[in-house]
Amino acid sequence: MITLTRRYRFPAAHILRSDRFSDEENLRIYGKCAHPNGHGHDYGLEVTVRGPIDPSTGSILPVAELDALVRTRVLDRLGYRLLNEDPWFQQAVPTAEHIALAVRRELDAALAERGRARVARVRLEETPRNAFECGEEP
Amino acid sequence: MERPAPQSRPADDRRVRLTRAVEFCCSLRYALPGLSEEENLARFGPAARRHGHNYRLEVTVEGAPDPATGMVIDLKELKDILEREVVTRFDHRDLNLDLPYFEKQPPTPERLALVLFELLRGTLGELLHAVRLYQDEDLWVDVRGAEAEP
Repeated sequence: MITLTRRYRFPAAHILRSDRFSDEENLRIYGKCAHPNGHGHDYGLEVTVRGPIDPSTGSILPVAELDALVRTRVLDRLGYRLLNEDPWFQQAVPTAEHIALAVRRELDAALAERGRARVARVRLEETPRNAFECGEEP
Repeated sequence: MERPAPQSRPADDRRVRLTRAVEFCCSLRYALPGLSEEENLARFGPAARRHGHNYRLEVTVEGAPDPATGMVIDLKELKDILEREVVTRFDHRDLNLDLPYFEKQPPTPERLALVLFELLRGTLGELLHAVRLYQDEDLWVDVRGAEAEP
């Protein structure tokens, strides 16, 4: 098994609150993350891809292609934004869990259209002390 | 996507993994001998020009510690193996010009990690569990298990 992992960063704001809950419940569930004016993080994003090595490039997926894909599909979309305004997070609260799952789904769908590389795993660091991972285990 | 079931191991499984790292610096370019300079640049972009990296290789061996010594492998022996197989061979060398591994495919981190895995498997055999090759702090390749073939 061979995988390639690339690390990216993007700054974004979010508010953890759900219309399903009252203001009091939101505050109880999400604590200071429910502060109505929002807060933000420098997210660290690690994208791991797996697949056969293409003999014409020697790569699972050329890094420049991975970079372009992640930039257009994720970094340009989420970076310097309030995540609650993104269509991904109209039904889902923009927790790090939901961000990681949305990024994995988006990138894997994009890769499925173009070749044999697949997203093995997405790891999202919300802060240096909190990391969230979805997909195949290492 | 299928997710492989986590390997559960009985509580008396004595296998331990240990990891040691080495660093080496190389020059390289992504190029194939059959292609012109322009074709290589078109296919590989700026990486087709001569450039260099400070690589870091993390080597993980796995085994049950010897009951007498308490060690999976003598760290000094592992250090010597990594020095001989990796540092002496690769450090301050050119991957294209000084080494025989990248004539048919360019020295991508994937290919280099597979070469290093195979070299170390030749010496460490079944003890070798995985390698992680960092090309820089934001890009790395993991190779694990018997499927690895350059």
